[in-house]
Amino acid sequence: MAELHVELVAADRSVWSGEATMVIARTPSGDIGVMPGHQPLLGVLLSGPVTIRTSDGGTVVAAVHGGFLSFADNKLSVLAEIAELADEIDVARAERALERSKADTDAAAERRAEVRLAAVSSGH
Amino acid sequence: MGAQLRVYKRRIKSVTATKKITKAMEMIAASRIVKAQRQVAASGPYATELTRAVTAVATGSNTKHALTTEVESPTRVAVLLITSDRGLAGGYSSNAIKAADRLTERLRSEGKEVDSYLVGRKAVAYYNFRERKVVESWTGFTDQPSYGDAKAIAAPLIAAVQQDTAEGGVDEIHIVFTEFVSMMLQSPVENRLLPLSLDTEALKAQEESHGKGEILPLYDFEPSAEGVLDALLPRYVESRIYNALLQAAASEHAARRRAMKSATDNAGDLVKKLSRLANAARQAEITQEISEIVGGASALADASAGSD
Repeated sequence: MAELHVELVAADRSVWSGEATMVIARTPSGDIGVMPGHQPLLGVLLSGPVTIRTSDGGTVVAAVHGGFLSFADNKLSVLAEIAELADEIDVARAERALERSKADTDAAAERRAEVRLAAVSSGH
Repeated sequence: MGAQLRVYKRRIKSVTATKKITKAMEMIAASRIVKAQRQVAASGPYATELTRAVTAVATGSNTKHALTTEVESPTRVAVLLITSDRGLAGGYSSNAIKAADRLTERLRSEGKEVDSYLVGRKAVAYYNFRERKVVESWTGFTDQPSYGDAKAIAAPLIAAVQQDTAEGGVDEIHIVFTEFVSMMLQSPVENRLLPLSLDTEALKAQEESHGKGEILPLYDFEPSAEGVLDALLPRYVESRIYNALLQAAASEHAARRRAMKSATDNAGDLVKKLSRLANAARQAEITQEISEIVGGASALADASAGSD
């Protein structure tokens, strides 16, 4: 089966890298799925979960808060200022952050917390 | 104990105490360099990928953007100077400040007005003392900068570039920081951040990643080339500033380690020298005491011999 190489990098570290069969991410015009051999692509990402179907059949989900996606030469780079893998996310903390942001009516923080929780629930 | 000897003893004690402090600072700085270097390395992939993406958009589309187009006759430029919060790092901060002064001088001679943006208490103190105008300054994080700090610095700079020059905006952004070349060598460098000079570094990065002579693929932009560029360039500036902050932090620790090492060595030499002097003083004292006793004894002997 055809594979593509994925690099998921945050501003201060490399989060995940490996081979995958498909990557799904959220852009301003909707979710986009990238499979091997896709046309070279450069897209803006919205805050949302990025789902990576790895070539060994597993699924990696990461919460990504703004960034880019670039695909060329069968290599996909997902760049994000903040990126966390679903199993790195502290659910209790994210829930607390959600409560707090709702109380402060901080829409951006609320969205971030929601994305984290969504990534956790879809990762299991 | 004689007065002379007491003074030496006191100085040895004080120099030894100072030596202990400088030695501790040297070791702390040494351990932090490694961490700072690791952070520089960790931020590498993001910066590389971002540069590649920027190159792809800039060369793969005919989109014009405020952040990529050169202004024909720039009248005002911003200079971001990165120094440290604390001293005791040898010439680290003053070298960066001097480099910024040279750059400012050169830009002024080209007929440009210079807006100063400062990072680090040392630069702020230097500019305040000379009563120079500072547009904005940031302090408190130079030894361990985070990406959030880089964002905070980038925001007003990007806003200034997007503003019209007549209304107080700037045409170019320059950055002065200390590049971490190696443990022993850190040199202040000046870079122009914006507008992007694609012909130099971006193309170099492109050649590295694609092999020479290969053509960049034709990209599909999501949602549009303008939209991508709009979102991409601020991130690019942030990432460059972040990288500069990290390198500056690593350089600061390396400079401090070296400064503290020479201070420790110097204190060691001083202690040795002072011990020699103290020994000589002690010997002189003993010699004097002996000669006094001998003199006294012979005077007594002479006196008793005379009375006989």
